[in-house]
Amino acid sequence: MRERPSTAAAAKVAPLAGSLAIFRREMLILRSRGKKVLLSMAVSPTLYLVAFGLGVGKGMRVDGHTYLEFLIPGLVAMGTMNQAFGIAGEINIARFYWKIFEEFQAAPISDLAYVVGEVLAGMAKAVMSVFIIVLLATLFGVQLAFYHPLFIAGVLLNAFVFASLAVLAAMLVKSHADQAMLFNFIITPMAFLGGTFFPVDRMPSWVQVLLQALPLTHASYLIRSGAYGRSASALPLVLLLVIGLVFFFLAHRSVCRARD
Amino acid sequence: MIVIAGLTKKYGDLQALAGVDLQVDRGELFALLGPNGAGKTTMVRIMTGLTRRDGGTVLLGGLDIAAQPAAAKRQVGLVPQVVNLDTELTVYQNLDLHGRFFFMPAADRRARIAELLAYVELGDRAATPVKQLSGGMKRRLLIVRAMMHRPGILFMDEPTVGLDAAIRRRIWSIIRRIQGEGTTIFLTTHYIEEAEYLAGRVAFIDRGRIVTVDRPDRLVQRMGAWAVDYLVDNELRTECFPDREAARQAAAAVAGRVTIRRVNLEDAFLALTGRKVAGEA
Repeated sequence: MRERPSTAAAAKVAPLAGSLAIFRREMLILRSRGKKVLLSMAVSPTLYLVAFGLGVGKGMRVDGHTYLEFLIPGLVAMGTMNQAFGIAGEINIARFYWKIFEEFQAAPISDLAYVVGEVLAGMAKAVMSVFIIVLLATLFGVQLAFYHPLFIAGVLLNAFVFASLAVLAAMLVKSHADQAMLFNFIITPMAFLGGTFFPVDRMPSWVQVLLQALPLTHASYLIRSGAYGRSASALPLVLLLVIGLVFFFLAHRSVCRARD
Repeated sequence: MIVIAGLTKKYGDLQALAGVDLQVDRGELFALLGPNGAGKTTMVRIMTGLTRRDGGTVLLGGLDIAAQPAAAKRQVGLVPQVVNLDTELTVYQNLDLHGRFFFMPAADRRARIAELLAYVELGDRAATPVKQLSGGMKRRLLIVRAMMHRPGILFMDEPTVGLDAAIRRRIWSIIRRIQGEGTTIFLTTHYIEEAEYLAGRVAFIDRGRIVTVDRPDRLVQRMGAWAVDYLVDNELRTECFPDREAARQAAAAVAGRVTIRRVNLEDAFLALTGRKVAGEA
């Protein structure tokens, strides 16, 4: 076979190439699953909109808005979290079942590039889920300020937090069963308690203190403030950024340690 | 090309590698032969940067895999024991992604994929999802994926495990062609026939130690030329003889079922380690 020169020079001029390759792989897999993924992203928001928005919350008003208007930003926060964290499942399957993680480890891409690629993939999935929820909201006749900078910042920060947590979790767990347990113990409670379905400030004060410890509570607040076209304090923005960076740092360390 | 000195690795109480020293020359096809659990895969994992070593050094083309991992990995291709292809993606996408992981420019990737698929007669399968390929096709794809970035060293960890005899021979001819083009190949196997047929030199590994290193024909010659297998209390015994006549005479003296056959690497392994290499080719 005809040989060509080394690609080491190309590596030097493309520091992000490793991250983009990892990101591209996740997107190709997503594309290969096509409609199934998009439909699955739409199922639970549709159910919540019908059951809580049109059923339980009909005629109810929260902070001067219909319950449906209150619910949709919460669903955006929850959907973003679920989809971003969902990347953990993909990494897990690649690692434990298909052993594809070893293909990355044997390549000259850095651990940091790997984490960046996977986090970006998780964030991309999260943003896709937002488009679906916004589309559903439109179909349900709800118009909110989805273009508002706070809404966008809330979505992106929330996605960053949970995609980073997902990479961390995927490296720490030892099996698929552990992964499912993490989802049940961390993500599911947060989905219901993080200001998604009810206003946190209506809870008893001690419960409020506990709920303020959840990143999703701050994401819901930001996303809802943006969707309502309101301003918000900088604290949740800073908090989410800090939490996201901590998870990202820990995720990077955990990937380094995944070489047994 | 590959220099291993004092390599050690422990998993809990298990000493997987207990001070391995080896040297593989440029362009050589070197086989590491040993039973399951002998330390073969651990060695390959350390040499390809998948596992951390506890002690010792591994130099690949003069580069230490632990100290300069990115540069060392660019010289290395890995054909893992497990078929770890992205089954949901196409043949082309699998190779293209590998090229991206090794920073190959787009035009080079395209040309290389066409070249490699033709090399293993998968040219008409570029757009086929990997899940639709047969086991043999997947193995061929796994081999050319490792060659995608033109490594000087190819590590093959049990490349024909689980394949039927016909497909195994096809893979062997591909491996020989790759070596013939100047690539250094480090192969692990527990198939005697595979090591005998392919390797220029063979190392026996047992319980994390290299027992001996030599050419397969020399290792066999040390034992003799003909072997006699017979049963004693339902236990298989083997004796080796310098010529067929001596083997025939020994066989005539044994009661019960007796087999006379050529001496092979299994006999040499058994003589040196007291254990058999599990699995037959």
